[in-house]
Amino acid sequence: MELTGSQILLACLQEEGVDTVFGYPGGAVINIYDDLFDSPIEHILTRHEQAAVHAADGYARSTGKVGVAIATSGPGATNTVTGIATAYMDSIPMVVITGQVPTPLIGNDAFQEADMCGITRPCTKHNFLVQDIRDLAQTVKEAFYIARTGRPGPVLIDLPKDIQVHKYKFKYPEKVKLRGYKPTYAGNSRQIDKAVKMVLQARRPVLYVGGGINLSAANEQLIKLAELTQTPVTTTLMAMSGFPQNHPLALGMLGMHGTFYANMSVTECDLLIAVGARFDDRVTGRIDSFANKAKVIHIDIDPTSIKKNVAVDLPIVGDLQDVLGKLHAKLTEQTDAVQQLIENTADWRASIAEWRQSHPMGYKSSDTVIKPQFVIEKIRELTADDAIITTEVGQHQMWTAQFFQFRQPRTFLTSGGLGTMGFGLPAALGAQVAFPERQVIDISGDGSFQMNSQELATLVQYRLPVKIAILNNNFLGMVRQWQQMFFEKRYSQTCMELPIDFVKLAEAYGATGLQAARVEDVEKTIQTALDTPGPVLMEFKVAREENVLPMVPAGKAINEMVLAS
Amino acid sequence: MRHTISVLVENEFGVLSRISGLFSGRGFNIESLCVAPTMEEGISRMTLVTTGDDRILEQINKQLNKLISTIKVVDFTGEDYVERELALIKVNAEADSRAEALRIVDIFRAKVVDVTPRSYTIEITGAPAKINALLELLRPMGIKEIVRSGPVVIGRGAKGVTG
Repeated sequence: MELTGSQILLACLQEEGVDTVFGYPGGAVINIYDDLFDSPIEHILTRHEQAAVHAADGYARSTGKVGVAIATSGPGATNTVTGIATAYMDSIPMVVITGQVPTPLIGNDAFQEADMCGITRPCTKHNFLVQDIRDLAQTVKEAFYIARTGRPGPVLIDLPKDIQVHKYKFKYPEKVKLRGYKPTYAGNSRQIDKAVKMVLQARRPVLYVGGGINLSAANEQLIKLAELTQTPVTTTLMAMSGFPQNHPLALGMLGMHGTFYANMSVTECDLLIAVGARFDDRVTGRIDSFANKAKVIHIDIDPTSIKKNVAVDLPIVGDLQDVLGKLHAKLTEQTDAVQQLIENTADWRASIAEWRQSHPMGYKSSDTVIKPQFVIEKIRELTADDAIITTEVGQHQMWTAQFFQFRQPRTFLTSGGLGTMGFGLPAALGAQVAFPERQVIDISGDGSFQMNSQELATLVQYRLPVKIAILNNNFLGMVRQWQQMFFEKRYSQTCMELPIDFVKLAEAYGATGLQAARVEDVEKTIQTALDTPGPVLMEFKVAREENVLPMVPAGKAINEMVLAS
Repeated sequence: MRHTISVLVENEFGVLSRISGLFSGRGFNIESLCVAPTMEEGISRMTLVTTGDDRILEQINKQLNKLISTIKVVDFTGEDYVERELALIKVNAEADSRAEALRIVDIFRAKVVDVTPRSYTIEITGAPAKINALLELLRPMGIKEIVRSGPVVIGRGAKGVTG
C-alpha cells in the first residue's frame, strides 16, 4: 500500500514501539501533525521545543527506551539544539524529528530554514537529511538503531516538507545497512583474565562508576562484583542512582563536590576500576594528581573514552553487563584467592571507615533558617524508594546528589555533562508521562526554574502530578559561591533582585502553589504537596548564602578540598 | 609527528563536514585532505595528513572510527607505502630563463602542460619533498601561481585496502 511520507514516519515509529512523542507543531511538520490526529501515538504538546526534547530525554532516562521529539523547521528546530546537546553529553537514546523546508528550497534561505544537519553535527551521534521518500523507512530504522545501541545518543532526522507528502509503498525494513557501525558488546576474554589478576593483586582497590552503569542496566552485576570482592564504590553525578547509596560499600560522589572519603580513596587507591565513566574534569580535578598511585582498568563501550584523559593500564571495550558479569563469574571460580583478597584489603576498608568518620557528609543545621540540604533530606524521608528525582543545574543539583541517598536505578535524572539549567522541569514531565503512578519531583533553584517555567502549563493540561521543590535563595547560587570564594564576594549579576511570587505563578497556570518560610513548615509543606493531586509547586525560602561543600577549587587535586567547617 | 591516514567513508551527504568538523571541533591538526570516490559502490576514500603525539593520534583514529559514516581507518605511519602529490606551477619564463626552466623540468621529470610567451605551467607528481625541491629551484624565476593536491598514499605489496 502506498503511504505519504508523514504516514510512513508514524508507521515506522509504531514499528519501533513508540507510544508517546513530545513536540510542538509548525508549518514544516503540519502534515505529520495532521496524521498524528488519527494516530494511536500520544503526543504531548510542550510550551517550547527545548522542553519537548528535555521531556523526551526524561522519558528516555527513566525508562531506558528511545525518547522521541518533533519540532518544525527553522526556529523550532534550533530550539531543540540545547536539548539535543544535553542528551548527547549524557549519552541518552533519543530520536529528534525536525521539519525542513521543501527540498527545492533548501539552501535558498527560505522562510524558517536552518541547516539542522550542519548545526547538530557536533551534538548528535548521527544525523540524517531525508532527500528521497524511498529512503525514509530505512532512515528511521537506522536512526533508532544508532540511538539505542553501543554508546547511546541522540539522532536527528531532518525531514523536508515535500518528502512528507510524497507517496511510496511502505514496508518496514528488517535490517540496518551500516557497514561502518558495529559496536563491541562482548569484552575481550584475555583482557578480562588480566583484570581478574589485577583485582586479586590489589591492596587498595576502588570502583569508580559512571553513567554507563544505568545505560547498560548493569546495576546488579556491579553490586555482585562489589560485594564479592568487598570493593568500595564511588559514583559520578550520572551514576548516583546506579548503586544504592545506603550500601555499606557506597562512598558517594567523587570529584569537585565529592565526599571527603571518596576523594581520599581515589587519591590513595592502588587499583582504580573505571566502569562506564569518562574521567570528566569535574571528576578528576588536576589530572596529573588523579589516582596517580593506582593502576587503572577502564571498562567502556566507547573506545574513544579510553585513554582520552588519563593513561590506562588495562582497557576493556564492551558492554558493562557482559564485562562485569564475566569478571564476577571468573572471580567466583577462585574462592580462595577472593578470600585472600578480602583479607588483604581489610586495612584499606578500615582506612576508608576512618576517613568517613573523621569527615562525614554533613551541614550545619539551623532552627531559624531553612537549610536547603534539610529540605532535600526531608523529601527523601517522605518519598518512596522508586520516586524519580530530577534537578536543574547548580547548588541544588549538587546538594541533591550529596544528600538524597538514591536507592534504585534511573531514579535520578540530571544534566551532568552539559549542565543545562531548565532541564529538570521538562525532564520530570517526561518521566511522569512514562510512569504515571510514581512520584516524580523536580528539585530546582529559583534561577533554573525560570528557564523553563512555562512547562507548568503542560503539567496542568495533561494532569501530570509532578511536584516541584524550588530552593529559593534569590541568587544564582553556584556562581555566587564561586564569586564568594574566588572573586572577593563581588556578586556580579548573580543576585535575583526581583522577588518572584512563585505561589501565584503556579496558580496562574492552574497548579497548586505552596510556600515554606520557616523550618517547622518544611515537612508539612512536602507532605501536603505529596498528598495534593496534580502538579504542585513548593517554594522553600532557604538560607541565602549556603555553600556546596566539600569543594575542590578548579585546577586543584581532588584531595585538596575546601571542607565544611 | 606527521601521520598520513586513509579513511574509507560512505559517499553520502555531509560526510566531508563530519570529518573536517571532527578535526576542528576537537582541536586536531589537519595539514591536507583529499577525497574521491573509489571503485566500490558508495565508498569514498579520504587521505589526510595530520600531526600530533601518540595520545592525540590514538584519539584521532578512534574518533574517526566512531563516526557512523566511517567504514575503515588506516594510519600508514610505520607502514611501507607509496606517497604521491600532484602540483601545477605557473612560473615566469621570459627570454633567458626559458631554457633554464625547461632544464629543471627535465631533471625533475616534470612536464610543461601550458605555454605562453611569458610563462610555463608545469605539472609534477611525486612525494611532497620532491615538489618542495622543485619549487625551491623555480622560485628565483618568479612563481605566479601554484596549486597542490595534497598527498595520497597507497600501501606497498599485493594486499589492497577495501571497504
